[in-house]
Amino acid sequence: MELATLQQYWWLIISVLGALLVFMLFIQGGQSLLYCTRSEAARQLMVNSLGRKWELTFTILVTFGGAFFASFPLFYSTSFGGAYWLWMLILVSFVLQAVSYEFRRKRGNIYGTATYDIFLMANGLVGCILLGVAVGTFFFGGEFTVAKVNIINGASPVISTWSDSHGWDAITDWRCLLLGLTVFFLARTQASLYFINNISDARHEGVTSRIKVLFNGGFFAILFICFVLVLLTSQGVRQQPDGTMVQVQNIYLGNLTSTWWWAAIFTIGTVMVLYAIIRTGFSSTYRKGIWWSGTGTIMVVIVLFWLAGYNSTSYLPSVTDIQSSLTLANSSSSLFTLTVMTWVSILVPFVIAYIAYVWHKMDKTPLTEAELEKESHTY
Amino acid sequence: MNDLMNVVDWSRAQFALTAMYHWLFVPLTIGLSLIIAIMETIYVRTRDERWKGITKFWMTLFGINFACGVATGLILEFEFGTNWSNYSWFVGDIFGAPLAIEGILAFFMESTFIAVMFFGWKKFSRGFHLAATWLTALGICLSALWILIANAWMQNPVGMEFDPSQMRNVMDDFWAVALNPVAINKFFHAVTSGWTLGGVFVVGVSSWLLWRKSNIVAARKSMKVGAWVGLAGIILTIWTGDGSAVQVAKVQPMKLAAMEGLYRGKCGQELVGFGLLNTDKRPYDGQDAINYEISIPKGLSILANHDANSFVPGIEDLLDGISVDANGDTINTISYAERITIGREAQDALRAYNEAEQRGDRQAMDSAATLLKEKYEFFGYGYLDSPEQAIPPVALTFYSFRIMVIIGGYLLAFFAAILLISYRRTHFLEKSWIHWIAILSIPLVWVCSQAGWIVAEVGRQPWTIQDVLPVNAAISDISSTSVQITFWMFAVLFTLLLIAEISIMLRQIGKSAKTNIENPDK
Repeated sequence: MELATLQQYWWLIISVLGALLVFMLFIQGGQSLLYCTRSEAARQLMVNSLGRKWELTFTILVTFGGAFFASFPLFYSTSFGGAYWLWMLILVSFVLQAVSYEFRRKRGNIYGTATYDIFLMANGLVGCILLGVAVGTFFFGGEFTVAKVNIINGASPVISTWSDSHGWDAITDWRCLLLGLTVFFLARTQASLYFINNISDARHEGVTSRIKVLFNGGFFAILFICFVLVLLTSQGVRQQPDGTMVQVQNIYLGNLTSTWWWAAIFTIGTVMVLYAIIRTGFSSTYRKGIWWSGTGTIMVVIVLFWLAGYNSTSYLPSVTDIQSSLTLANSSSSLFTLTVMTWVSILVPFVIAYIAYVWHKMDKTPLTEAELEKESHTY
Repeated sequence: MNDLMNVVDWSRAQFALTAMYHWLFVPLTIGLSLIIAIMETIYVRTRDERWKGITKFWMTLFGINFACGVATGLILEFEFGTNWSNYSWFVGDIFGAPLAIEGILAFFMESTFIAVMFFGWKKFSRGFHLAATWLTALGICLSALWILIANAWMQNPVGMEFDPSQMRNVMDDFWAVALNPVAINKFFHAVTSGWTLGGVFVVGVSSWLLWRKSNIVAARKSMKVGAWVGLAGIILTIWTGDGSAVQVAKVQPMKLAAMEGLYRGKCGQELVGFGLLNTDKRPYDGQDAINYEISIPKGLSILANHDANSFVPGIEDLLDGISVDANGDTINTISYAERITIGREAQDALRAYNEAEQRGDRQAMDSAATLLKEKYEFFGYGYLDSPEQAIPPVALTFYSFRIMVIIGGYLLAFFAAILLISYRRTHFLEKSWIHWIAILSIPLVWVCSQAGWIVAEVGRQPWTIQDVLPVNAAISDISSTSVQITFWMFAVLFTLLLIAEISIMLRQIGKSAKTNIENPDK
C-alpha cells in the first residue's frame, strides 16, 4: 500500500475513535447532571448506571491518544508539548474521574461522597468543554512553529514551539470554546437519553426527565448551528502539491460540498440527533433515543474530522507560521509503521464485537433501585 | 540554557514522580488479578460458595487499587507528548506503535471484562464470569507486555534506522522491537514481581485476620493461594533478574558499572553484596569507590557473563573505550571522548544534509547522508559536553540494586516458610510474631518493587533512549515554571489519592474482621 493511502486510512481510524469518544462523553454529560436531583437514591442510580461504562470513555481517550501518537507523531509532539495547559487540565479532570466512582461510597472514604461527586461533575464540565476546545484547534489552529532542524541545536533543540500561553490561547479562543460548549450540551443531552434508556424507576422521574432532553438538546442545537456556521465560513490551510501551505477561504464548506456523500452523512447524522431529541422529548414512552442520537453523533463527528484532515487540509493550522501547519502528509509515521499498525487494526472489529456483546448483556434490563440493593458491588 | 536545564530536571522529576506513583498500584493489580482468577477457578470447579465469598473479598480490594492504577497511568501516556515532545517526534515512529497496540489490545479487554467481573455475577453464567475474570487478568498482562516492549526499546533501541530527510528515526523491523530480548526478559521480570507483591499482600492481610482470630478458615485458604503465587513469582523474578543482568552487561555496560559502583574492572570481578560508597569518588581521581564492602568473589563476572573469569568493565574502562563484545571478549572500542567528537560530526553531517536539501544539491545530500550513516551510531553523544555526563547517578543506582536484591532474597525465604507453616507446621499460624512478620513484609515488598525500577530508569541516565537521545535533547518547549507547577500539582493530587486508597483499603480489611468473608450475606 502507498503511504498516502495509509495516511488517509489512519485518519479514518482517528476519526472513528474521535467520534466514539464524543459519543461516549455522555458519561461525562451524565456526571454533570448529578446534582440536578436532590434525591440521594436517584443520584445513586445515575452514578451506578454511568459507572458500569465509565472506563470505556477513559479507554477510548487513551487509545485515541495512543493511535494519534503511533500514526501522526508530529501532532502528538506539537499539540501535547505545545498546548501544555489545555491537555494537562483535561488529563487532571480524567484522573479525578478515575478514582471517584470506586471511592465515593466506600467506608474509610476520608474526603466524603460529595467531594468525589464534585470531582465527577468537574470532569463532566471540564472534560467535555476542553476536549471540544482541543478538537477546535483542528480547525482554528494554534500559535506554534515547527522546525525539525532544531534537533541538532544543542542549546535549544526543541523542534516545535508554541506561544508562551501554552494552550491558554486555545481555551480563550471563542470559536474553540463554542465547539467546547456544543460538545458539553450534546453530552448532557445524550446522558439524558441514556438515563431514559438505562434506568427504570418511576419513583425517580427527575433522573429520566424528558424535559432535560429538550432543555439540553435545545441549547445543543443552537450552539451546533452557530458552530457549523462559523466553521463553514472560516478560512483554513491547504497543502499544495509542492508541499507549501496556502490559506483558503471557506475551506471546510468547500470540503463538505466537494464530496456529496460527506454532506449526506453529515445531514443524516444531524437529523438523527435531532430526531432523537424531539421524539424522546415529546413522547412519554419512547426510550431508544440514545441509539439514534449516538449513531447520528458518530456520523457527524466522523465527517467533521474528514473536513479537518482530508483534501490536503491542515488538521492543525499554525496561525504563527502557516508553513508549520500539520497535514496528514507531513506529520505521519513512516510507511513501515503505518503498515504494521494497519495489520493491528484488523483486530478492531473483534474488539468492537466483544464490547457490544457485553454492553448488550449488561444492559438487557434497565437498572432499578431494587437491583442496586441486591448487588454486592456498587459505586 | 539555564532554563533549558531547569526544564529538563523538573520534567525528569515529574516523570519520575508520576511513574513511581503508578508503580505503587500496578504490581498489586497484576498480582491480585491472577490470585482472584485462581480463587474463582477453585469456586467454579468445586461449586463451594465459600470460595465465591473469598474471591469477592479480594476482588473488592482489587477494585479499590485498580482505580488508582488507572488514574496514575493516564498521565504517563500523555506525558511523552506534554513534557518530552522532541522525544515524541524523534522516536515516535517506533515508540508510538506499542502504546497504540496497548490501547487496542489490552485496555479495551480490561475495561470491558472488569465490568463483567464486578457487576456480572447475576447477569452471566458461572463459566462466562470466570472467563471474564481471566480475560481481565490477561488484559492486564497484555498491557504490561506492550508498555514494557516500549520501555525495553528505550534501554536497547533496535529495529530502526535514521532518516535524515525527516530528521527522525523510523522503524524498519517490528519483530526486532516486539521480540527485543530485553523486552521479553523485562516483561516476565515485571509481571512475576507483580505476582510476588500480590502474594505478599494476600499473605499479609490474611495474617492480620489470623492475628484478629477472624475468618480463620478463609484466611488460611487465602494464605495458601497467595503463598504459592508469591513463591512462583519470586523464583521466576530471581531467574529473570539474572537474565536481566546478562542483558544489561551486553547492552548497557555503564548501567551495570553504576549498579556495582565499579570504576576499574578486572577478570573474575567480585560482586559487592553490600558496601558503603565513597561519595567523594570521581572518575580518574584514584580514590577507592567503596569504603566498606562485603563481596562475593567472582560474583559479578558470573552474574554478568555466566563466566567466573570474564572481564567486567568499570566506569573508567568504558570511558576509555575498553569493553566486552557479544562473545565475552575484551575489546577496545571508541572512548567516550571520541564518541562525543564523532557524534558532533554526525550532527554536522545532518546539518549539511539539511542545507544541501534546501539548495536542492543532490550530490551534497548523498555525500552528507553517507557520512551521517557512518557516524550515526554516536549521534546522541554529540549532545554531551563531556564524557562524565554519560555516567548515571552511581549512588542511587548502587543502593537501589542492593535493596532490591536483599529484599528479594528475603521474600524467597518468606514464601518458603509460609508454605511450610501452612501445610506442615500449622501451629505456627497461631503465633503473633509470624503474623507480624507477614504484615510488615507488605511495605518491604513495595520498597523492593520501586527499587527495581529506580535501577532500570536511573541507571539509563542521561539517556531517554540509550546512546541515541539524552534527556536534554528530548524535552518540550515549556517554561520550567509551568513544569514546576504541574509537578507539585501531581505530587499533591497523587498523595491525596494514595492516602484515600490506603484509608479505604484499611477500612475494608478492618470491616472484614467483623463479617463472614466466606458467606457475606450471613
